[in-house]
Amino acid sequence: MTRGRRFWLAFGLAVLLLVMAASLAVGSRHIPLPVILDALRQPDPRNDLHLIVRELRVPRTLLAALAGAALGMAGAMMQALTRNPLAEPGLLGINAGAAMAVVLGIALFELSDIAGYVWFGFAGAGLAGAVVVLLGRAHDTGSDPIRLVLAGAGLSVVLGALTGILVLNAPLELFDALRKWTAGSMEGRGLDVAAVLAPAVLAGGLLAAGLAGNLNAIALGQDLGRTLGVRTGRVWVLSCLTVMLLAGAATAAVGPVGFVGLLAPHAARIICGPDHRLILPASGLIAAFLLLTADIMGRVLARPEEIAAGIVAAILGGPFFIILVRRFRLVGS
Amino acid sequence: MNGSFRALRLGSLSVLFRPRVALICALLFMVLLALAVLLMGTGTMPLPVAELLAILGGTGDNPAAEQIVMRVRLPRLLTGAFVGASLGMAGAMFQSVARNPLGSPDVIGFTTGAATGAIVQIVMFGAGPLATALAAMISGVATAAAVFLLSRKGGSAGGQRLVLVGIGIGATLSGLNTMLVVMGNLDRAMAAQVWLAGSLNMRTWWHVLPANMGFLLIAPIACWHGRRLSLLDMGDDMARQLGVATEKTRLVAVLAAVSLTSVATAAAGPITFVALAAPQLVRRLTRAPEIPMLPAALMGSVLLLAADLLSQRIAGNLVMPIGLTTGLLGGLYILWLLTRTGRR
Repeated sequence: MTRGRRFWLAFGLAVLLLVMAASLAVGSRHIPLPVILDALRQPDPRNDLHLIVRELRVPRTLLAALAGAALGMAGAMMQALTRNPLAEPGLLGINAGAAMAVVLGIALFELSDIAGYVWFGFAGAGLAGAVVVLLGRAHDTGSDPIRLVLAGAGLSVVLGALTGILVLNAPLELFDALRKWTAGSMEGRGLDVAAVLAPAVLAGGLLAAGLAGNLNAIALGQDLGRTLGVRTGRVWVLSCLTVMLLAGAATAAVGPVGFVGLLAPHAARIICGPDHRLILPASGLIAAFLLLTADIMGRVLARPEEIAAGIVAAILGGPFFIILVRRFRLVGS
Repeated sequence: MNGSFRALRLGSLSVLFRPRVALICALLFMVLLALAVLLMGTGTMPLPVAELLAILGGTGDNPAAEQIVMRVRLPRLLTGAFVGASLGMAGAMFQSVARNPLGSPDVIGFTTGAATGAIVQIVMFGAGPLATALAAMISGVATAAAVFLLSRKGGSAGGQRLVLVGIGIGATLSGLNTMLVVMGNLDRAMAAQVWLAGSLNMRTWWHVLPANMGFLLIAPIACWHGRRLSLLDMGDDMARQLGVATEKTRLVAVLAAVSLTSVATAAAGPITFVALAAPQLVRRLTRAPEIPMLPAALMGSVLLLAADLLSQRIAGNLVMPIGLTTGLLGGLYILWLLTRTGRR
């Protein structure tokens, strides 16, 4: 790692901390900076403002940063594996699986709070991801990205249709709960959700770090990777598991957030070049930054109402993506 | 080249005539008729074929049956048939232009764009079917135009860039769509969700008319272009030497396909899979080197009416909009194909 690149990573981390601080400070209710510091250092349970900071803003800041980092790393891994610049976690059927499971959780077990059905989302994402990996035969060929993408698309369509049929035949409350989850919002999620997400992101991040070197070889192409001595089949399976862990946890916790996992790796590649040992952490940083910024903007733009971060990310991410497409040669295009 | 053919000449005009394609067309048409009889004759009030014919001929003597046929079943049937035909033909054109069996109007963000217009109408104004259909059509075509303009660089709209820009625009619009559904009043949001599922329920002559007119206007252009499109398969340089204006042909084809899809979406909401599958199935049946437009349209109708029959009669009390039925079948079809094709 050159000194210049180390500087960029440190710079990125500093920016991320600044945005996290901003996320604590900004909201529908104005809270002065000293009060926020007090709330963090010596909380007073009778002070409403302290409660808002500790119970609402701290969890959602952590959630946005964690979920963003997970989506960014997962997107970078998928793009390297499939050698497809458009790959993102949703492609593995993860969004559709999580949505289906959440709907089942609400419909069958009448779960009403997010900490209750986050586990359903996680299981659904994992199951769908596993089915796609098996149908896509990632384990024995590992060389056919199109097959994997097709399996993901096919399963997503089936699960999406089933979810739609369930929702249309269920009471209106189910639809209301689902449409809120679908928007990708950090609102109303407590620290218990972050507690589910954090270990998954940590484990996923460690796995990703271990696989980064091998991803460099695979990104050159399956055959070349094998010639370079990489056991491509094993790397594929491990990488798919990592993507499922990261993206599944993030999706279950905050709902399906598009674009962040697609955009961050492109930005990371433009800044860091082709080395995945740099791209992976940079994608995580950039995606965390993007999701936090989207969440803050959603709180500020529609005051006193809120726009969910997933929606802001999609609406702002689209034009940004088009600018990228027009200005740079994207990988593989 | 597979399949024999003859050229029919009339002065300077010539048309390729393939007996096999004609046979397939006739067969598909018969299946279509059978499906139509089943759809019109069964249901809460079963009607024998003789009575159906009498009602359609204007000599029916049962006013209640006449009401059901003329007000409910016939509009639904015709909407389904024309929507299916439009989607099948649009799929064939898109797949020819993209030279990719997965080429589909959804890819360039078109379906999402059409949905945006419809959701704005439903959620913000609580609009009825006609206004919703119009809005879907206008916003769909506008989306396609935006994708084209934004992907132009140095004079031509590159294939890869077109797809990428389409995905970007599609994502922005789908964010907008979600926002409208989430922030809207619950009842109207549900109505938008029902529209988004794609449905043939409660179709009136106001749905039939635009679908019908759109198809009859655009289909001739599409058929006329089919031949030139198949020449593009040989590569741009070769096609240009044979006197085909490649860029213009592509533009006309995409515009026609976009218009067909937008008319269909306006009439029935977004319906997946028909545009994807109809051309591929027809190609297997006709064994023709290019995707023939007319059989693809017929196959689209057959697929959609079959799915309609399934969601009306098999599903029982379950609410199963046709768009979700086709999605379910289409997804299963893709997965089945994947398990069938061995290791490569």
